[in-house]
Amino acid sequence: MRFLVCIKQVPETTDAKINPQTGTLMREGIPSIINPFDMYALEEGIRLKERQGGEVVVLSMGPPQAKEAIKEAIALGCDRGVLLSDRAFAGADTLATSYTLAQGVQKLGGADLIICGKQASDGDTAQVGPGLAEELDIPHATYVRRISAMAPGEITVERLVEGGVEVVRMPLPALITVVKEINEPRLPSLKGVMRAKRAEVTVWGTEELGADPSRTGTAGSPTQVVQVFAPEIRKHGELIPGTASEQATTLVERLRAARVV
Amino acid sequence: MGSIRIIAEKCAGCELCVAACPFGAVSMVDALAHISEVCNLCGACVDVCAFQAIELTRPQASPAVPAAGGVWVYVEHRRGQVAGVVYELLGEGAKLAAELGEELGAVILGDGIRPLAGDLVAHGAEVVYVADAPELADFRDEPYTAVMAAMVGQYQPAILLFGATSTGRSLAPRVAGRLRTGLTADCTGLSIDPETRLLVQTRPAFGGNIMARILCPNHRPQMATVRPKVMKRATREEGRQGRVVEVPVRPEDKAARTTVLELVPELTQAVNLEEADIIVSGGRGMQDPKNFRLIEDLARVLGGAVGASRAAVDAGWIPYSHQVGQTGKTVSPRVYIAVGISGAIQHLAGMQSSDIIVAINKNPDAPIFQVATYGLVGDLFEIVPALTAAFKKVLAD
Repeated sequence: MRFLVCIKQVPETTDAKINPQTGTLMREGIPSIINPFDMYALEEGIRLKERQGGEVVVLSMGPPQAKEAIKEAIALGCDRGVLLSDRAFAGADTLATSYTLAQGVQKLGGADLIICGKQASDGDTAQVGPGLAEELDIPHATYVRRISAMAPGEITVERLVEGGVEVVRMPLPALITVVKEINEPRLPSLKGVMRAKRAEVTVWGTEELGADPSRTGTAGSPTQVVQVFAPEIRKHGELIPGTASEQATTLVERLRAARVV
Repeated sequence: MGSIRIIAEKCAGCELCVAACPFGAVSMVDALAHISEVCNLCGACVDVCAFQAIELTRPQASPAVPAAGGVWVYVEHRRGQVAGVVYELLGEGAKLAAELGEELGAVILGDGIRPLAGDLVAHGAEVVYVADAPELADFRDEPYTAVMAAMVGQYQPAILLFGATSTGRSLAPRVAGRLRTGLTADCTGLSIDPETRLLVQTRPAFGGNIMARILCPNHRPQMATVRPKVMKRATREEGRQGRVVEVPVRPEDKAARTTVLELVPELTQAVNLEEADIIVSGGRGMQDPKNFRLIEDLARVLGGAVGASRAAVDAGWIPYSHQVGQTGKTVSPRVYIAVGISGAIQHLAGMQSSDIIVAINKNPDAPIFQVATYGLVGDLFEIVPALTAAFKKVLAD
């Protein structure tokens, strides 16, 4: 079995602050990390490999420094990693990203199960997982909280949907996107860190992939970001004073006046 | 194809652009700005540069934009039960269609769903496209993608909207991939640019820390998923007229590799979070799982849903499906009541677009008060029961 985990390197936004002059995120000194949701995808891939054998490969698209994210994934237990990197891939939207990743998967010779995080913490789109499955023409399931069974050639998963859990069975190869509930990610072992240090990260660009340049980067991206701005800052709220019952009475009045209850 | 470059002679090395870049794509190399591959041509650096040292060429609108017309709304439903967001999309879609002078269409796939067309027309749909087949009874991505793609191919809508629900966010990327068109996720604002007649899509990114406007100039349809509870619901009016178009489903489009084995409803949650008008959420301040009863009591009186912060979920006090925030659900109800939640940025990312935010916390310096419409500083164990009692009283009158 080959398990393939797709990851994205993102800025760590825990302490993100808006620059009041420019109205944009202040990024100085903010380190890059593996997208938090992808940590669950990596953990699930590594666990599957430990249980079922085979290999777990990590795949990413990004600038050359995203090699660091791949090495971190190797330190956690991935066998090897591939980075798709080329200036021509820059500015890709989710369609171009899905296409480029699909080229990488195909050059790797495919995978039995592809695992992605639910979404990336910078773009928050959740579109690349299903988009990649579409490019590869394989079935997918999003928001997976548990793999309930894996039989030869098929997988059964529980996915979170509005108001409940849906149990879905798919033939392999397939793609899943996972939520936080699925596992508790491990920390890298010392041995893993040593191995990652020595590991060579394969880098493939347009030429190695044989990618169609009209489908990567900005050329392959139907959507364009035309403006980025700070969200409207909320008007300063009202502090409701008094004892608990006075506060309660005032709040009820306010919400009734706003016709929301 | 667009491109961006620094004009070395003009760059003063002031680093304004470095700070302005929301994507961390600008750095200083030999005292000159350098733009890396992660740039997505948003233009924030161009706007801030005082020396006109950054040249941005946007991809030019190609003359080959396919002719297309009409605004379509995907009608999500579960066995005939239409999702609330659909009526919001019909409300918003009607405005867009009016601005363009085009028709508002609703598209519904399923088994035996033809009778739903009347309700969609009453909510403003001028045409209802119905694909009715036993194989379409359960939502499954593959046949739904194939049928949607075939319908779009046949009728060529200019705009196609989905709710940003677990279904919409799974189906829309596949449809966009099949049609090779653009898709903007989780929009909170839509409008028509009067000059170009393009759909202007506004969405939050970085957990709501920045907003982006996105266009899809050269591909049709322009596709978007729209966050539930943000747009105004269409009103139902009897007597509205609309056509119903029954679209035959080709046998090859019915194939599915995925089987839905069962749907297990979540019992702890009467109303689902994304669709709730009112959410009462508890955090670390609840101190003990049994105290969540206070949250549930208040939610029940208000007819709302129960949410939680990551701290409460990680402590095992309440299941993950209730978690609101960056690693949980994004909600925007009319009223969000945060009880004993300090308001970490990851939590705010999941709820700050709520209409009214009420914060109840004993710490007056808690960040949650920065976003609160109404702040109640005090002991939640006194305030919450008092609120429950007060609402019970007024709602009974």
